[in-house]
Amino acid sequence: MLKSKYPAFPYLLFMVIFIVVPLGMVAYFAFTNLNGEFSTANIVEVADYASVIIRSLWMAFVATVISLLLGYPFAYFMARRTTHVRRTMLMLITLPMWMNFLLRTYAWMTILENNGLINRLLKLLGFGTLQLINTQGAVVLGMVYDYLPFMIIPLYTVLIKMDVSVIQAAQDLGGNPFHVFTRVILPLSVPGITTGVTMVFVPAVSTFIISRMLGGGSELMIGDLIEMQFLGNTYNPNLGGAIAFVLMVIILFCMSVMNQFDSDKEEAEEGGVVL
Amino acid sequence: MDHTAIISLKNIVVEFDGEQVLRDISLDIHNHEFVTLLGPSGCGKTTTLRIIGGFVAPKSGDVFFDGEKINALPPYKREVNTIFQKYALFPHLDVFENIAFGLRLKKMPNEVVRQRVSEMLELVNLRGYEHKDVDLLSGGQQQRVAIARALINQPKVLLLDEPLGALDLKLRKEMQVELKKIQKNTQVTFIYVTHDQEEALTMSDTVVVMRAGEILQVGTPVDIYNEPRNAFVADFIGESNIIDGIMKKDCLVEFAGRDFVCVDFGFGDHEQVDVVIRPEDIKISEPEKGQISGVVESVIFKGVHYEIRVFACGYHWKIHSTLYEEPGREVGLSVIPDDIHIMHRMEETGNAEV
Repeated sequence: MLKSKYPAFPYLLFMVIFIVVPLGMVAYFAFTNLNGEFSTANIVEVADYASVIIRSLWMAFVATVISLLLGYPFAYFMARRTTHVRRTMLMLITLPMWMNFLLRTYAWMTILENNGLINRLLKLLGFGTLQLINTQGAVVLGMVYDYLPFMIIPLYTVLIKMDVSVIQAAQDLGGNPFHVFTRVILPLSVPGITTGVTMVFVPAVSTFIISRMLGGGSELMIGDLIEMQFLGNTYNPNLGGAIAFVLMVIILFCMSVMNQFDSDKEEAEEGGVVL
Repeated sequence: MDHTAIISLKNIVVEFDGEQVLRDISLDIHNHEFVTLLGPSGCGKTTTLRIIGGFVAPKSGDVFFDGEKINALPPYKREVNTIFQKYALFPHLDVFENIAFGLRLKKMPNEVVRQRVSEMLELVNLRGYEHKDVDLLSGGQQQRVAIARALINQPKVLLLDEPLGALDLKLRKEMQVELKKIQKNTQVTFIYVTHDQEEALTMSDTVVVMRAGEILQVGTPVDIYNEPRNAFVADFIGESNIIDGIMKKDCLVEFAGRDFVCVDFGFGDHEQVDVVIRPEDIKISEPEKGQISGVVESVIFKGVHYEIRVFACGYHWKIHSTLYEEPGREVGLSVIPDDIHIMHRMEETGNAEV
């Protein structure tokens, strides 16, 4: 038993250096002032930015819901194709991820700009121009575009592993296609849904590039706020740390709520392992 | 069509990727019967079951249920339920909700559901397991849940796809008895797929022997065992000695170098035939008292009997006897006319008239 612990040591060290220590530093900054003295003033100050936090959570939430609504049917149909088609589709959805994140987002700028691709086309057809860039919608679009693969892949993984005979059993017992979906397929895909939601929601809520480029700074998000405290002209790492700390707590809370849906399943799996 | 048939298959042909899995199958299944589809793997028995369940559409031919054509009816509208090979229980539901699934879909009131589920749990001997997780059950218990889940819908026909395949021998024997009991009590028509001939003989009212997408013989277990239609059926149902023979005339056949009196007739003059003799029908005696004589090659103890191999007249005979014979000893073999089964030669393609 003792012997088998040694190989884990490098990973343990890695986790301490790159996870535990930075987390401690964030907490340290959050609870000290510029002179390094203990203070809760930063945490209190975060409340001033409540509107930014709420907006960030809301936009990330909307982006996550849209990703789920787009991603689920996609993953569902992909899982039912032949191996060859599946592989091609999987490659196509991961293809944009091979391209630089900034470049991808920048591409959307040129499409959405006031004299961008869409507006020029509208003008050509004799319609007026639309304000597309620098709106909440543009930011949400960017989030969905950038994070959709992270929703599709875990869903696909769950759906591809689902036992066909269980679905047939539901049909056999009198389940029409709607019932088979709502009572069997959907409940069995919950693990994929929670993973997908986590993997979209968490990066979306703390993004700053997307809101900067597509929101034009008008739609300030938590990520932008934190970035300003460290790299911007309002340099204040203590406030930055405090905002990051609060955001972490909020995300932790959101995830624990999410996992409630999944808990029954996990218990069953644990039980299975015991057997 | 037979008017008492609950399920009728008429000239069913099924192809997967251009390969014929079922070649023109016709079969009538009567109400309240326990029918077994028996055959080696790949013979089309599971496909036949899936045709009835609605999971496979035939390329041609018709499926009738209670006299009504149901070719295009999707599985969820058919009054049949299936026990799947690996049970296919719903892992996200407990035992109670698994069994209640069909009733929940029908929007039955809660009291009715509770009542019927507890009846079912009683039937399959699982009282007290209501809120157990199905993943925590043993194979035999999962099997019972699957049976209860299917029977709660009160189907007219229950389809069972090798349901005992995953269980160990002892449990399998117990479940065979129990399934037969459940079938008797509920009077539901069971269509049972297996490759285990003993299982088929133990449980069935009617056995359907299949091979290579065709039905070779339909009959009661006793008929199939005693009067197999051809050498394949004889060999598949129990063990057999299959010997080449020539029919001299009615009730006289030549094999192993001499003539034997038999009870079969109606064959062509000097027709080449398969002679089938069950191992337990050959009697061992002193060399001079047997019809033929040979030397004991080997003896294997099988529990109830010894399996004795005797080399005589160019054949290795398989004989079951409760008496031990010393290898190397010379013995006589004899068989009474009634135990000599004469069959038409099987065609190479495996086509046999039914």
